[in-house]
Amino acid sequence: MKFFEAVRLALSQIRVQKLKSFFTLLGVVIGVMFLIAVVSIVEGMSRYVEEDFAAKIIGKNTFSFRRRPDVNVGNVSEETWREYSRRPRIYEPDVAVARSALPPGTVSAVENMTFAYANSQYGRPRQVQVIATEPDYFKIKSYNLTSGRLFSPQEAQLGTPVVIIGTEVASHFFKGLDPVGREIRVGGAPYTIIGLLEKQGNVFGFSLDRMVIGPYKSTLSRVTNPRGDIDALVVQAPTRELLDDAMESVREVMRGFRRLPPARPDNFALETSDAALSFFDELKGKLILFGTALPAIGLVVGAMVIMNIMLVAVAERTREIGIRKALGAKRRDILSQFLVESATLSVFGAAIGIGLGIGLAKVVAAVSPLPASVAPWSIALALLVGAGVGILAGMYPASRAARLDPIAALRQE
Amino acid sequence: MTPNTTGERVDDALATTGEHPLSTTAERKAVVDAPGQAPDKDWVIVTRGLKREYDMGGEIVRALRGVDIAIRRNEYVAIMGPSGSGKSTLMNLIGCLDTPNEGEYWLNGTLVSQMSDDALARVRNKEIGFVFQTFNLLPRATALHNVELPLVYAGVSADERKRRAKDALARVQLTDRMDHRPNELSGGQRQRVAIARALVNNPSILLADEPTGNLDSQTSEEIMKVFEGLAVQGQTVIMVTHEADIAAHARRVVVLRDGLIASDDRRAAFTARMGL
Repeated sequence: MKFFEAVRLALSQIRVQKLKSFFTLLGVVIGVMFLIAVVSIVEGMSRYVEEDFAAKIIGKNTFSFRRRPDVNVGNVSEETWREYSRRPRIYEPDVAVARSALPPGTVSAVENMTFAYANSQYGRPRQVQVIATEPDYFKIKSYNLTSGRLFSPQEAQLGTPVVIIGTEVASHFFKGLDPVGREIRVGGAPYTIIGLLEKQGNVFGFSLDRMVIGPYKSTLSRVTNPRGDIDALVVQAPTRELLDDAMESVREVMRGFRRLPPARPDNFALETSDAALSFFDELKGKLILFGTALPAIGLVVGAMVIMNIMLVAVAERTREIGIRKALGAKRRDILSQFLVESATLSVFGAAIGIGLGIGLAKVVAAVSPLPASVAPWSIALALLVGAGVGILAGMYPASRAARLDPIAALRQE
Repeated sequence: MTPNTTGERVDDALATTGEHPLSTTAERKAVVDAPGQAPDKDWVIVTRGLKREYDMGGEIVRALRGVDIAIRRNEYVAIMGPSGSGKSTLMNLIGCLDTPNEGEYWLNGTLVSQMSDDALARVRNKEIGFVFQTFNLLPRATALHNVELPLVYAGVSADERKRRAKDALARVQLTDRMDHRPNELSGGQRQRVAIARALVNNPSILLADEPTGNLDSQTSEEIMKVFEGLAVQGQTVIMVTHEADIAAHARRVVVLRDGLIASDDRRAAFTARMGL
């Protein structure tokens, strides 16, 4: 109850001296504001990476068997690159062996990918993402069509020149037209459009709607892989456990097929979204560390200002302290009164900072490609930081107040 | 006039008159001349050889030079003396705001002269009700809240606090002003709020320091009537003042001079001597 009285006293202080309180709390407000904004943006990015990037680029419960990791995060040493390029390429026999090891229930599709120029009679040539694959690829990637159809097993088998295109490809090459049934040229060869993918959006500014997907057996593979090799076999399992099983089986048969002695490392890569995610977790830690170091300076300045103001408050209210002591307030009572007061001030500032920080994060999210997501823990943390700053800043003034001699304090005018 | 610590001037024949019997010189002498012994519960205040010195930049100021005083429950005592006589120092010691360099101070049967700051704070809260010359009310708080304050530090629950604070304000006829802040009250009303605050914890002693110093003579009379009424109800009142006519309201007057007790008289003897 003394606690609530001190809180009420501090709040009435703020109400009475609005301008002074504003300047007092500026440091804390700004510090907390940037803290919340930075944490929100980093958190938003990480949500994005986990949900969009990991799911859309790599796929859920999915691994790909390829020559070297596709997503190289962080610094890859030159030595590693040299090792990568010494690895044998993957050809159909490798894929066949790998497939033979897949447990039932898993779905797989080869994936050949490159960027190439496409053109149509309605639009200027433009670079698109070309993917040559098998029908199950759409299932693995959860790609749905808004119109048209997927290619049939027969078309896949025969390598019929049919393609499915993304919304951006459609809007660029067939502005105002229904692209289904029309012709698009990729790498000089004509393909009939049979389906339109629904909008995928983009990941870190990289559009997922500029795709042209055709059968692996078609001439599209000559555009993607002129050497006749295969970029990757993408495998999806219904559960995480089955995915691990499948990966281990593929590793085993491939090592056997390539006659790798036990001491030699794999000369192929089995890539999951984990690598990318773990790298991002590391990056996130660093971003939060550096992103909060700057606001922390604001908080230190804020703490100094609050300490100063509290010292003034103690000096101004020396007589009040004397009265309270004469009426039986112990040192602890006076100490906690001023600590609660400075903590309340600071938490009040933190609350304003939280509001502004959320606003700032929203603005950043609106005007830049950086996503923002306000983490509830960051709000709790900001309030705690606010209280902590207030208590730290109030410590010295409060202990001075508590140590005042009641007689001298009462004598003060 | 030689200092006389046990107040032999008191006319013992008059000791049984008045609403509450005053202690006699012999009784006081007996209780003061027993160093180290806890006095009977009937004695609210007993000091033995109380000394207090201040170091004022190298110069030792001996504010109290051995004060023996005994005050029984229900007494109404004024402590008088010119400035520099040590009356403020004595009041601070009696009020447990300060500790003596030497000597014993027994408050309500407890030796308080050696207590720690926090222990003294507890004693102030429970045993002593202060009334100051400058009222010393919290300016931002209402009268009711000001009166509640000692109960806050006593750890009394909010409802109980409010009830007791209202009762205390009723005792000084200020029920209708309890939601006013000090700056909305007259001087006399402020002092009555301070008296209510001093009474709210049912203290052993009401300790008033120049309670009428900031009031006009009419309001002073009004406040003195409040003290008189409390004394009649059995409240022990100790009033520190330098004005003889204010001191004359008390039933017993202790005069300090140069850090020692110069006289300790019944009111009649005092007024006669002062020619009031």
